[in-house]
Amino acid sequence: MSLTPRDMLLFVAVFALIAVTGVMQSWNVALGILNMGLISAIMALGVNMQWGYAGLFNVGVMGFVALGGLGAVIVSMPPVGEAWAAGGLRIVAGLAIGAATIAAAILAWKRLPKGKSRALAMVAILIVGFFVYRAVLDPGVAAVEAINPATTGNLGGLGLPILLAWPIGGALAAGAAWLVGKTALGLRSDYLAIATLGIAEIIIAVMKNEDWLARGVKNVIGVPRPVPYEIDLQNDPGFVDRMTGWGFDPVTASSITVKLAYSGLFLAVLLLLLWLAQSALASPWGRMMRAIRDNETAAEAMGKDVTARHLQIFILGSAVCGLAGAMMTTLDGQLTPGTYQPLRFTFLIWVMVIVGGSGNNFGAVLGGILIWYLWIMVEPFGLLLIQTITAGMADGSALKEHLLDSAAHMRLLTMGIILLAVLRFSPRGLIPER
Amino acid sequence: MDLLNAVVALLNFVVVPAVSYGSQLALGALGVTLIYGILRFSNFAHGDTMAFGAMSTILVTWWLQGMGVSLGPLPTALLALPAGIAATALLVLATDRLVYRFYREQKAAPVILVIVSMGVMFVMNGLVRFIIGVDDQRFADGARFLITARDFKEMTGLQEGLAIKATALLTVIVAVIVVAALFWFLNKTRTGKSMRAFSDNEDLALLSGINPERVVAITWIIVAALATIAGTLYGLDKSFKPFTYFQLLLPIFAAAIVGGLGNPVGAIAGGFVIAFSEVTITYAWKKVAGYVLPSWEPDGLIQLMSTDYKFAVSFAILIIVLLFRPTGLFRGKSV
Repeated sequence: MSLTPRDMLLFVAVFALIAVTGVMQSWNVALGILNMGLISAIMALGVNMQWGYAGLFNVGVMGFVALGGLGAVIVSMPPVGEAWAAGGLRIVAGLAIGAATIAAAILAWKRLPKGKSRALAMVAILIVGFFVYRAVLDPGVAAVEAINPATTGNLGGLGLPILLAWPIGGALAAGAAWLVGKTALGLRSDYLAIATLGIAEIIIAVMKNEDWLARGVKNVIGVPRPVPYEIDLQNDPGFVDRMTGWGFDPVTASSITVKLAYSGLFLAVLLLLLWLAQSALASPWGRMMRAIRDNETAAEAMGKDVTARHLQIFILGSAVCGLAGAMMTTLDGQLTPGTYQPLRFTFLIWVMVIVGGSGNNFGAVLGGILIWYLWIMVEPFGLLLIQTITAGMADGSALKEHLLDSAAHMRLLTMGIILLAVLRFSPRGLIPER
Repeated sequence: MDLLNAVVALLNFVVVPAVSYGSQLALGALGVTLIYGILRFSNFAHGDTMAFGAMSTILVTWWLQGMGVSLGPLPTALLALPAGIAATALLVLATDRLVYRFYREQKAAPVILVIVSMGVMFVMNGLVRFIIGVDDQRFADGARFLITARDFKEMTGLQEGLAIKATALLTVIVAVIVVAALFWFLNKTRTGKSMRAFSDNEDLALLSGINPERVVAITWIIVAALATIAGTLYGLDKSFKPFTYFQLLLPIFAAAIVGGLGNPVGAIAGGFVIAFSEVTITYAWKKVAGYVLPSWEPDGLIQLMSTDYKFAVSFAILIIVLLFRPTGLFRGKSV
């Protein structure tokens, strides 16, 4: 269960690629890639838990990542007092009514005797509950969104430290995963895929449209940071003296310092998770998970509760994705629901897991960093390639212009080809499961 | 009179859009369900196959328009459809040869094929973006409206207008023709029967001498035709934007599963169930309610959900069906 020399070499190669970018372009770019790569690695770890350990096909990664980001905003942004006064309690009450309605409907379904009356009762509860929920919620939402819509218009958050938001973001994703898992696990694998695909779209739709929650498409900017601001460093005479003493430009040095601080934080989280994941995989629990994945029927015959274990791992993996989402929002310093695209936040993570090696945590981490590096670098490489191809064409020709404009779309094509090639020629990935 | 106005408003804002949207979803879901029945996996690349088909049709349409060819009141795209279908069929056949066949021969698990189709989705999505870009493309020509709201008002003297877009009617007619042809093919021809036999029981079909590669190739060609027609009709009715096709994947899968995966009749029914629910739940009922109950003056729009949540509707229906009737409304297969 440890790394072979070959695996080490692969890791060294990936970091060397990033280092080459640092030397050739700038360390700012390289560290930017590394930071997002570390976050991607955590997302890949989450997906690997679900797919690699348990064979669960989750294509709703985007939703859990976005929920983590929402968690970061809810925890760390300062509360908007006026909005709470205007309609905060109404909204909370409305949401409580909504949840109570669903709970009551489920209870009715479970407790009432079978028959037409049961279905009718459940539908009646749902319909009445929906209208009461809307009647309570809507005025509250209108009141909250009316307050200073240009800068806030939402309830704000709890004003707690941002680092606290990371586990809470994970917990939020875990809660959603529990809901999805309760309904969709135990069905066939493709159905779980469609269900998770749907829930991700719904989470994004809610985040885009419920302005009272996190300002919707108006975005939340200025999310607090766990590291100092560049400008404060530049205004700190001690920092400037030290950096000029070492022969660095204080402005560049400040942004590199900030990025390094992030890298340190992310690396710490990644290593902790990796250690936990490895220990879990090596434990009896991990062996049970793989036994269930490899032969559900046999595992069930041995007395393992397959659905419960699936639910457990589904929640754990989604929580890891949520954690990564909260970290990403922290790194960006903003929450922009409009930028969550399934190709980037769900399917790309899948490419990372498959290329890295499903079932192997180190593989997922390697895949996360490598694929993120390629995702960023394919664009300049693609442009270079197209420029070379079109070099012989006449300037101003329509085809040449079109090709140059389209170079940006090379990355999807490349990712698809990488995924297909790995699946075909090396289906177990770069660092296969052992 | 008021009741008549209510009916016309309902027709105009709910029934007509839902019927054309439902036809487009049904054609898409038929493609998904055929792949599922014959090749036994959920094809995630179907939305992008539709985008590719629509794109090829658009390119040929532009060329035809440039040559000055036109069908009068009908959109030129109809003339370009066969070329678009041919291009898409070539693409999916090449994909099958290069990608899927390998896994078929290995008898890989369906979920592996789903992941493979994810890779194909990336490639097709990239191809479409590479060739035509990500922007909105307009290619509709011919008559815009069969009847405009104003004409209808003048004709009938009602307050409410009923506008029927030419593309809406065209969508329905083409969908009916395509579905009729498909069912005739599946039920009456020898090849169609062998396809159904293959879908019902692969081993038995192989024993009775059906050539599996031929069945698979014909399935891909039919799917390419369905996807191209659905994509082109959707593009004519709304507009062509590659990203929207990717998003159609969810309602299409919902339609196929609600109807019962692998069951063509179910796919059509599912398409209309999804389309009607989406439109009715996101429609603002204030106008209709105003005609039916003039004394009642609600302050809201009486909209159950904002239109941004239309995905939530297809999803909710999907979940309900999965929970209470996992094989779908019409018995599909459950592999």
